Amino acid sequence: MTRTLDSMSSAIVHAAPPPDPPLLDVAELKKRFPVSGTIGPLARLRRRMKGGPVHLPMVHAVDDVSFTIRKGETVGLVGESGCGKSTLVRVLTRLLDPTDGIVRLGGRELSLTPAKRFARDPDRGRIQMVFQDAGDSINPRFTAFAAIADPLRRLRGLSGAALTAKVEQAADQCGLPRALLSRFPHQLSGGQRARVGIARAVAVEPALLVLDEPTAALDVSVQVVILQLLERLKTELGMSYLFVSHDLGVVRLLCDRVLVMYLGKIVEAGPAQEVFSRPLHPYTRALVDAAPRLHGHGPAAVRLDGEPRSPIDPDPDVCRFYGRCPRGVDRCRTAMPDLRRLGDREVACHFAEETPA
Amino acid sequence: MTAAPALLVEDLSVAFRTRGGVVQALEHVSFAVQKGETLAIVGESGSGKSVTAYAVMGILDPAGRVTAGRAMLGGLDLLAASADQVAAVRGREIAMIFQNPRTALNPIRTVGKQIADVLLRHANVPRREAPGRAVDLLRAVGITDPARRADAYPFEMSGGMCQRVMIAIALAARPSVLIADEPTTGLDVTTQAVIMDLIGDLARDIGMATIFITHDLALAAQRADRIVVMHAGHVVETAPTAELFARPRHPYTAELIAATPDAAANLSELASIPGALPDLRRSDLPPCRYAERCPRRQTDCDVALPAAPAIPEHVVACWNPLS
Repeated sequence: MTRTLDSMSSAIVHAAPPPDPPLLDVAELKKRFPVSGTIGPLARLRRRMKGGPVHLPMVHAVDDVSFTIRKGETVGLVGESGCGKSTLVRVLTRLLDPTDGIVRLGGRELSLTPAKRFARDPDRGRIQMVFQDAGDSINPRFTAFAAIADPLRRLRGLSGAALTAKVEQAADQCGLPRALLSRFPHQLSGGQRARVGIARAVAVEPALLVLDEPTAALDVSVQVVILQLLERLKTELGMSYLFVSHDLGVVRLLCDRVLVMYLGKIVEAGPAQEVFSRPLHPYTRALVDAAPRLHGHGPAAVRLDGEPRSPIDPDPDVCRFYGRCPRGVDRCRTAMPDLRRLGDREVACHFAEETPA
Repeated sequence: MTAAPALLVEDLSVAFRTRGGVVQALEHVSFAVQKGETLAIVGESGSGKSVTAYAVMGILDPAGRVTAGRAMLGGLDLLAASADQVAAVRGREIAMIFQNPRTALNPIRTVGKQIADVLLRHANVPRREAPGRAVDLLRAVGITDPARRADAYPFEMSGGMCQRVMIAIALAARPSVLIADEPTTGLDVTTQAVIMDLIGDLARDIGMATIFITHDLALAAQRADRIVVMHAGHVVETAPTAELFARPRHPYTAELIAATPDAAANLSELASIPGALPDLRRSDLPPCRYAERCPRRQTDCDVALPAAPAIPEHVVACWNPLS
């Protein structure tokens, strides 16, 4: 209970003074995984018999992450592969249990319900997800109709004519011709499959839609149509979005706010336009610099080479970006920078104020 | 274009036999790349970018057949040469980097051995020296601790590192032409920037011509000297990079640029491209394969494609180009 109270107070600190409570409130969320294979069960048992420490090396996949999403807001989540984006999303969508911390949706604390039981929870339908490659995430033996109908049947208990009506409504909303509903995924184009993936998620009328690189597999001409569809659906259905992507160009167009994640931690957060036009964290700057642009600047000044630090039991006093950071001074390996508020931005860098305008 | 190009592809046509009929995958594809130049081939999926590369390298799927054209590498026509002749230059004079490095590398051989294989086969390196040279190459592509990494298997490396190994293999014999097929798709933008820098630097060092295939217009804009735009198996426009983005002349090129997220200030400004790629199995395909999607279509478009290039350097396959 004390943990809950602590986390609650910090959640209040982290949320910007809200006129009404945020839709999604994530506070001090942690997810750790034991590193498999380093120490076998027998060795662990032997150690325990001897009374020695049974500490297992842990991957700190998500480490002390706090943020909120307001109703109707689109929040982008960017970061390189392996930074913990997907783990964070899986904890938020309650496919994984957090190690510690709070996930609160519309006032209800979801983190108290184990992931296994949440599958049949009435609130399951309030958080839905659109996966990266609709070709891989739709059962190849389901028709488009069956794919969209499945969550409606399980979560809304619909059947018969009511079910058909709802599936057709979702297909119409997503611009999927009804004639295609009897087709299997392999008979659909990439754009049509993306529409099925979206229709399946919005059919149960979620409050929060988590989109994991929904257009990564699509050509630009199709991507445009899907992005515009998502924008329209958001207003029509009154949803909030968490948009995971590493295409900064797309995030800039779609998102109100953006969270930049590096090695399990949020290193920068703020209004998307501002973050991209004037990044304060050196990692964000490297990310923005590395993104190719149609017009303008040549090879970028900041190049991020090498590999990130190990996520296994990272030193709590060393900045996660130390070693790859072009700045990296002594202070960065003796004191981990906290995520600090600077105007309407949040930055985890000792030198954020020194960034030239 | 006075000097002989490093690679000249002329009038290349490729057809695939499928159960649903013959797919005319490429028709009259022509382009040239000079020594030291980076040429980008851009287009959406299905436009024939990769088929072009595979045809030139002689590694087309057995169902595919080159029906016309030539690909001149120095004095050798790769499309007419015997298998032995092609094998003698492939890897040595012309090399390729594939899209997914993890599947392109041999999973059960260490990366050091895979590089040594190429050195032995194509670079006349004595057997004794090959392992050492492989380590040198790993160092050259920026892999830290190369002596240890040479003993690693591909699965032990990150995607970016596997791509560096692919580059080391492709450049082991210092080829004069490199074809890079989507070399950074699936990599993080930060890694992408480093890999593209690496390819550019190495190409400059050995004066290599690079053909770089991508669907990312912004990446092509940043990295290529000239750009070839493909649509449905046709080259629709060829121009120097700055010229292409400043004054796109083919309607499709203009649409493609307008659909790139980087080009727009907000989402409603992004333009989609109406219609879809035509079915390439059709026997009644119009001469211009973009005609059915084109807002500027006129009667000429249904007769033939314009033959001669309108402006030197900037070639557009359109009767009614944007000015």
